[in-house]
Amino acid sequence: MNTIFSINGPVVKVRDTKDFSMLEMVYVGTKRLIGEVIGINSEETTIQVYESTTGLKPGEPVEGSGMPMSATLGPGILSNIFDGIERPLKQLENISGAFIAEGSGVSSLDTVKKYKVTIKAKVGDMLEGGDIYAVCPETPVIEHRCMLHPKLRGEVVWTAENGEYTVNDKVVQIKTEKGETVDLTLCQKWPIKQSRPFKERLPISKPLITGQRVIDTILPIAKGGTAAVPGGFGTGKTMTQHQLAKWCDADIIVYIGCGERGNEMTQVLEEFSQLIDPRTGKALTDRTVLIANTSNMPVAAREASIYTGITLAEYYRDMGYHIAIMADSTSRWAEALREISGRLEEMPAEEGFPAYLPSRISDFYERAGYVETLNGREGSVTIIGAVSPQGSDFSEPVTQNTKRFVRCFWALDKSLAYARHYPAINWNDSYSEYLDDLANYYDENVSLDFLKYRQRISNILLEEHKLMEIVKLIGSDVLPEDQKLVIEIARVVRVGFLQQNAYHKDDTYVPLEKQFKMMGIILTLYDKCRQVVAKGIPVSTIAEKGLFEKVIKMKYDIPNDKPELFRLLSVEVEQTLKKLETEV
Amino acid sequence: MSLQYVGLSEINGPLVVLDDVENVSYDEVVEIRLDDGSSRIGRVVEVSGKKAVLQVFEGTNGLSLKNTKTRFLGRPMEMPLSTEVLGRVFNGAGRPIDGLGEIFAEKTADINGKPLNPVSRSYPRNYIHTGISSIDALMTLIRGQKLPIFSGSGLSHNKLAVQIVRQAKIAEDSGQEFAVIFAAMGVKNDVADYFKRSFEESGVLQKVVMFLNLSNDPIIERILTPRCALTVAEYLAFEKNMHILVILTDMTSYAEAVREFSSSKGEIPGRKGFPGYLYSDLASIYERAGVIKGSEGSVTQIPILTMPNDDITHPVPDLTGYITEGQIVLDRNLDQTGVYPPIAVLPSLSRLMKDGIGEGYTRADHSDVANQLFACYAKVIEARALASVIGEDELSELDKAYMNFGKMFEKYFVTQRPDENRSIDETIELGWNLLSLLPKAALDRINEKLLNEKYNPRAAELFE
Repeated sequence: MNTIFSINGPVVKVRDTKDFSMLEMVYVGTKRLIGEVIGINSEETTIQVYESTTGLKPGEPVEGSGMPMSATLGPGILSNIFDGIERPLKQLENISGAFIAEGSGVSSLDTVKKYKVTIKAKVGDMLEGGDIYAVCPETPVIEHRCMLHPKLRGEVVWTAENGEYTVNDKVVQIKTEKGETVDLTLCQKWPIKQSRPFKERLPISKPLITGQRVIDTILPIAKGGTAAVPGGFGTGKTMTQHQLAKWCDADIIVYIGCGERGNEMTQVLEEFSQLIDPRTGKALTDRTVLIANTSNMPVAAREASIYTGITLAEYYRDMGYHIAIMADSTSRWAEALREISGRLEEMPAEEGFPAYLPSRISDFYERAGYVETLNGREGSVTIIGAVSPQGSDFSEPVTQNTKRFVRCFWALDKSLAYARHYPAINWNDSYSEYLDDLANYYDENVSLDFLKYRQRISNILLEEHKLMEIVKLIGSDVLPEDQKLVIEIARVVRVGFLQQNAYHKDDTYVPLEKQFKMMGIILTLYDKCRQVVAKGIPVSTIAEKGLFEKVIKMKYDIPNDKPELFRLLSVEVEQTLKKLETEV
Repeated sequence: MSLQYVGLSEINGPLVVLDDVENVSYDEVVEIRLDDGSSRIGRVVEVSGKKAVLQVFEGTNGLSLKNTKTRFLGRPMEMPLSTEVLGRVFNGAGRPIDGLGEIFAEKTADINGKPLNPVSRSYPRNYIHTGISSIDALMTLIRGQKLPIFSGSGLSHNKLAVQIVRQAKIAEDSGQEFAVIFAAMGVKNDVADYFKRSFEESGVLQKVVMFLNLSNDPIIERILTPRCALTVAEYLAFEKNMHILVILTDMTSYAEAVREFSSSKGEIPGRKGFPGYLYSDLASIYERAGVIKGSEGSVTQIPILTMPNDDITHPVPDLTGYITEGQIVLDRNLDQTGVYPPIAVLPSLSRLMKDGIGEGYTRADHSDVANQLFACYAKVIEARALASVIGEDELSELDKAYMNFGKMFEKYFVTQRPDENRSIDETIELGWNLLSLLPKAALDRINEKLLNEKYNPRAAELFE
């Protein structure tokens, strides 16, 4: 039997053994704490333990499980909340009360609940890895499709009747080429650090629609894409992630609370269970899975939580769903890597982070994508990772390395947050590389003018940015009238368009069509005002008419389901300005 | 009778090493007896084979390789608990130092605590009235929140903390008991004394538990201080259903103690020499605040930290800000112009505020007023920056109005006397009156109906 030799925080070492394999899951000590092998040499095997090691003694047993750290995949994942190693927190609460005790072995999925299963495979069928052999309604909105483990293939020799089964009941039996029979239940295991296979990557072509104007219009993200949201504390990272989780048009949301606040996770839990999903009319939790590893939970499990989350996402992707992952925050994950690396006494690279930080970050983001699955469906995983830069300094290693591997960068800005301009995404520092990929979609589904409008709005903001340099030095009074107008219109864009109120019933989610019409009004206002200003009428005179304020308030005044009101507003803008012209 | 080990094999700063020990568990407490009869406590920070590394809380002064007897106690560091702790004074390691004898414990608990299961928490919603306008209106304190004060040396954070304790109506209508737990880490004697005196004057001393690790006390003991305090807090809140306000001062000294310990262990340093696990370590303290389902009590934390060189990006305030639910930032410029409390409104924030204010909690118009005040004050800062370049006279009319608003806001809203307790109505009305100094069109965060009702330029004329 192998026994513990030394203990240092979450790192445990075992001497003189050749029994373990790399990344194998092990049980440590008499309490059977869960751990993972992270280093092997001729003398020592190094294990990181996912739970608190207080009270552990040298000499206690260490037992291998024979397989890598894996997630259990099957019905019962959705609307659940797990810790970093896929233990359901509700069950942990039943076992140990409000405070989590160590060594609580619970199964990831509910083993008692019965699902109404329809068997799709017939005796004699040849099943390939990824083929669907049974389906069952997991929640009112998501059908769970049980797929053959990607590494198996074989002929169906027996199937159960359609009926009610638990996750561990045998429903299909296959015979592999080697002649072994394998029982298939509703669930399977998959190692969390290995990405699940698919047939091929498809080109990115559809946006992930979020209902947030600054994202959808100015800095869009695609289904299967990657985005990073960096921002110092108090800039609204978590708020942005919550908004996206609530409103984006993915089929399933995986929300990973990685090293964040306990109260925040509680808020997500409470809010999501009360919210009605606008697309399905059912509770939002029906299509959400939460992974919570709060900052005071063991650090090694924090590292695992990111992998657990993405593995769950890939599993649903393989069924043909579109998944969005919110990881809040990847910096905590990187810090967990650093902490463990420090305990292993590895040579540090930048700021104490291990040299393999960039490769780990890229491994993670590369698991996003729009794919054709093994069973021929289309599915996607979109990753939106929050980054918490130390000291709000974007030049630190995690932000810089993340920037290299994502194609969408939404930089949150402290000064915008101070002015309570939310979402505090700075339009000058952020970028999205997906515009070209998505151009076709906008042309076909919104309007051929969408991208033109977007470009004009961006130009106004850019021009304002330049003018503000001058204004900062000499004040706005000395600018010529046409430039004053640019500043005024840019204000309308900022306050009326980019700023969005998450607590307002209409403004919290705005459909693309309304976003387009809002841009239209702002540009009409700009064009007409330019004509008026060209006739020598000062901007301040136009401002007195209250038109700018009126356009700013259109986001509240025009409900999402009444786009026809935009025509009235447009007419009002034109008439008011025409009248002004004749008056002067 | 457990085994005692005579002598040590190595001493290095606060760490000692023992060879040939058996049956030692990680994180276990040890008692080290010296030949002169005194004893110290420590804990196991690393075991490998038969070698154990111990951290001695009272420091290793006077220890030699021969003059000690070490006993392993077989349990992690524990704190005796009972409602008797109220009114008592402990040292940083949780031993009574007020001469009233040991605590007759109802139970003991591991001071490291255990992580609170997120599904067992209930989301904090009840606001705590502090009577301080800037806090109540703009960064409302919520029961179960952790809201630190970011200060600098020489600023009036202690005065502010005392005012909060004195005025906080934490258990107003529920009829429940409240208590204050005060943990001092590396603060000066006079500061501890100031708190004690203030508690006495306001007649709450019997409701206060004090943990004192002063600046001349052993540094390593500082690592235990907040943990002992929070263990008591959790016990009183979740088992005795009391509302607990925990004041931790000064977290910077605490973090420095962690750094010292880390460097003596030879760990790889991260930013500014702080260990890589500082975030996890601070989180294990700050996350011990909240409200749990099935218990009436709550733990609210107000940690105080001094930003070295007033630098908010220093690792301690930076990491703290990422864990806590907002922050109250004090500003040296305001302090120098005689504003008390010198709260810098813009960088301050309460993350839990949005769900604990409004109808049923404070007032229906609270969040509108708060947002508008924030937005307008941000404009004030822009106008001031511009004025410093082109002079105040050259500003546009609107910017001049902002300048005036900024001045009045600081003079009438932020400033208040240390004994002034403003009701939430007073505070919000004051906010409305100040906003009325600005032209109506500038108030773009408030809907028109409310604005027409409340906009009152005549009231604004009273400010001068």
